[in-house]
Amino acid sequence: MAMHEARAVVFMALVLTCAGAARATERLGIGRPASEAEIAAWNIDIDRDGRKLPPGHGSVAQGRAVFDAQCASCHGSRGEGGTGERLVGGQGTLASAKPLKTVGSFWPYAPTLFDYIRRAMPMNAPQSLSDDDVYAVSGYVLYLNGLIPERAVLDAATLAAVRMPNREGFVSDPRPDVRP
Amino acid sequence: MSDSDTINARRRFLVRGAAAAVGAVAGSAARAEEATPPAIPDWMKVPGADTGSQPYGTPSRFEAGLIRNVPKGLKQYTSASSRTPLQDLDGILTPNGLFYERHHGGIPDIDPTQHRLMIHGLVERPLVLTMEDIRRFPSESHIYFLECSGNPGFEAIKGKTASDLVGLVSCAEWTGVRLATVLREAGMKSEAKWVVAEGADAAAMTRSIPVAKCLDDALLVYSQNGERLRPQQGYPLRVFLPGFEGNMSVKWLRRLNVSAEPAYSREETSKYTDLMPDGTARQFTFVMEAKSIVTRPSGTQRITPGFHEITGIAWTGRGQIRGVQVTTDGGKTWQDAALQEPVLNRALTRFRLPWRWDGTPTTIASRAIDETGYVQPSFDALTAVRGLKSFYHNNAVVPWRIAADGEVANGYA
Repeated sequence: MAMHEARAVVFMALVLTCAGAARATERLGIGRPASEAEIAAWNIDIDRDGRKLPPGHGSVAQGRAVFDAQCASCHGSRGEGGTGERLVGGQGTLASAKPLKTVGSFWPYAPTLFDYIRRAMPMNAPQSLSDDDVYAVSGYVLYLNGLIPERAVLDAATLAAVRMPNREGFVSDPRPDVRP
Repeated sequence: MSDSDTINARRRFLVRGAAAAVGAVAGSAARAEEATPPAIPDWMKVPGADTGSQPYGTPSRFEAGLIRNVPKGLKQYTSASSRTPLQDLDGILTPNGLFYERHHGGIPDIDPTQHRLMIHGLVERPLVLTMEDIRRFPSESHIYFLECSGNPGFEAIKGKTASDLVGLVSCAEWTGVRLATVLREAGMKSEAKWVVAEGADAAAMTRSIPVAKCLDDALLVYSQNGERLRPQQGYPLRVFLPGFEGNMSVKWLRRLNVSAEPAYSREETSKYTDLMPDGTARQFTFVMEAKSIVTRPSGTQRITPGFHEITGIAWTGRGQIRGVQVTTDGGKTWQDAALQEPVLNRALTRFRLPWRWDGTPTTIASRAIDETGYVQPSFDALTAVRGLKSFYHNNAVVPWRIAADGEVANGYA
């Protein structure tokens, strides 16, 4: 009888221990499920291949109008830079003593242009442009860099198809690479 | 007017009068004989300020000059940085108000009750978490440094002070929950290789973190040096990746997208990649390699012949600092400095070396060695491999030149 009681006490102690200490591998039940609609409204990142690009389209001509109204005051009327970064030129300079890193010379993937403009530009009013305007102005910047024709209209398929000159220009991190 | 108001008014008058008198003496007597303060100073003759008269304490008004090093004359201050005044700090912990800043879309003013973290993508259970939810998870505190990867650039080493040169590094105690714990709650799928973190700032800052780091020592942080994060450091929630370049520790965190691929965002393609002389750019250069700087004596300070303690800070993204060597003869010989215990993993380490300056011009510098045996390189050794255009990850030795008159100046300039 005493033995039974002792076993019962040990058993109860084990049960209480397991219940009291949440193990590192188990779920804690914190938070609530995210709905598909919420995820769709929040999930704005665009992959490098453009598979996640949204519907919509915009022409280079429309992009010129958006650029003049929203971008030129910082980036210059032809993307030559100002308060904001230079966006145009520099192709062929990356291995020189004066490399010029721009969308045209350095950016490896065209869909990243849509991603960045939509999330962060214009600097004084980010996430204010419609997807059509983002396609249009992305197209205008690519046109200024000589990467698409003036008559081009950009959408998910045509933006993803633009091959950036520096696409193969990136390598992995080899560090440590320097000895004192 | 109450009694204490009267006393405070009297005290303020006395202190102002005393300060003016000291200023007059210092001005007229120049460096001759130092005026001895009165045997019983004024602040011993009246009660001081009321207890609690500063509900949130601030430094002495005599330390009003100890502030962030904010660059003057920038084209804009929305995407910019300010630096920690390293040369005026002791120990290894950076006061929260002096922690360096680097923002890409300004500092948002976030109401924590309106802030949510969403976790989605390659997870079994996409989740939305409130700040209250996040603080329910098991918590941890760790002291870690944080450093901007452009600290300094390779061509911007013309600054005068230690802060001008290397002030985009700071160190604090961070409290939060392991990112691994939160990801486990959502149930990460086996195809997950990266977690894309997004900030709730006007840049919607986006960086991709390898899953290995997320499951290792990565944190979701809500407190810094015991109090809630400052807005400049990501209030109410940020990622913290020990030893990785600062930009990846996304502030104002609102979304984690668990993915098979990196986002290849603007901040990990056209920025935060390191251009090499052959025109290729290194990508995903995460770790901050071992580095150190002498903070005293350092640029713009002036020393006199005789005893000085050389002191500074060292750190490495690969773990612990094993040693710091100091040269006082322009690199001909190097001596081991003493390391202040405890020497912590991926935190600043304070080093010290007693020294007597004989008054002859010389150059002093420090170099850090970390637990992997890596030795902080000279600028020449570093740029021989990487050229002058890679901008990020300059961890070269910083020399300070000491002139015959004791003036300390940037040894690069």
